[in-house]
Amino acid sequence: MPAYLDAASGAPLHPVARAALAAALDDGWADPARLYGAGRRARLLLDAARETVAGVLGARPDEISFIANGTQALHAAVLGTLAGNRRAGSVLVHSAVEHSAVLHAAGADGVSVPVDALGRVDPATFVAAASAPGVAAAALQAANHEVGTRQPVAAVASVLEGVPLVVDATQTVGHAPVPAGWSVLAADARMWGGPTLGVFAVRTGTRWRSPFPEDDREAGRVPGVPDVLSVVAAAAALRAVSAEQEEIGERHAALADRIRAVVAATVPDVEVVGDPTERLPHIVTFSCLYVDGEALLSRLDQRGFAVSSGSSCTSSTLEPSHVLVAMGAMTSGNIRVSLNRDTTADEVDEFLAVLPSVVAEVRAELGADGL
Amino acid sequence: MSDNADVIVIDARGRRCPLPILDLARRIGDVPVGSLLTVEADDPAALPDVQAWCRMRAHEYVGVSVASDGTPAYTVRRLH
Repeated sequence: MPAYLDAASGAPLHPVARAALAAALDDGWADPARLYGAGRRARLLLDAARETVAGVLGARPDEISFIANGTQALHAAVLGTLAGNRRAGSVLVHSAVEHSAVLHAAGADGVSVPVDALGRVDPATFVAAASAPGVAAAALQAANHEVGTRQPVAAVASVLEGVPLVVDATQTVGHAPVPAGWSVLAADARMWGGPTLGVFAVRTGTRWRSPFPEDDREAGRVPGVPDVLSVVAAAAALRAVSAEQEEIGERHAALADRIRAVVAATVPDVEVVGDPTERLPHIVTFSCLYVDGEALLSRLDQRGFAVSSGSSCTSSTLEPSHVLVAMGAMTSGNIRVSLNRDTTADEVDEFLAVLPSVVAEVRAELGADGL
Repeated sequence: MSDNADVIVIDARGRRCPLPILDLARRIGDVPVGSLLTVEADDPAALPDVQAWCRMRAHEYVGVSVASDGTPAYTVRRLH
């Protein structure tokens, strides 16, 4: 039985999102800025969806903006916060394990704060770095996209003064509560069963200036007509997953614990990566010694299991995952398993049943037996 | 470290993960316990992987130097 175990790359469309999308095709196609009937209907849908998203994120509706995808949400969050705080400086202080979109947006002026072996920053070290002269903004993810480790966002936010805090919640929203204390928040509807859509929220009073050419849409924050259809579907999915979040989170946490324990017990020479408890419930990562990550992915795919990898041989740049490197974790034979809302215990058990033999096959092919 | 004539040096240039640590594993038995073994590897994954290999096989990661052509050279000490 094939199993999709890569929800952290994007969940399949939630059934509620599918239904909302179908309905929005009839009523949400027009330009929501227009004053005729069809435009007003689209506007009503957009406003209602914005209110739903704001409620889940703990924001006001006028703080929410929609953009094409999660990466662009992170770009807008970082670039707009840097632009709005140019007087303070040009530096973005960020953890070493932020998403590459944050690192790319930080550019050459980024200052990286190291993480421990579990992938977490020390709050005092992070705050000290963010309080240095020339710092325009700080960025700390709610939880890591590759290993699931949660960052101490609330602890940092409670003592950080005068520097806006950008929080990447792209893997968290839909799976766990959003930590308090953000100035700018980014989320990704693909991760909660919505269509491809990015969301960012700018807390009232935060200095943020659009990095885009001037345009009056989305309160001047994102140029062009918003994708009302995707926004409606994403909001419907978010409302649905929020209602089931606690129950599914508990189920995922139990399955993830099982994966961590069984992989460590049945696969020789494996390192399970990331915090065992302070983590997102649905992400589990491990690395296998003497294993080619690409060969492992393709053999698992042949058996119907879709997972992802941070090994260098699986990336287009042939660079290993900067997250694993920052943690000092092994990068070879790396597998990230991420659970979707409808992932079953049987699917997980089948994956765990085939994994040891697949790893053994790859090792035998490399001539690694007995080493 | 590369000046030490007693050190066995493995050329793993152009070999991608996990091959450099496989090379290391195949040769560790060729040096006496307490001696050094160096692998020259241009794979960007080599550093974390050599360190992880030392951790998992209970050998000592000594450090990294640079070969004459600029390739990183990772040295480990056989401990058992």
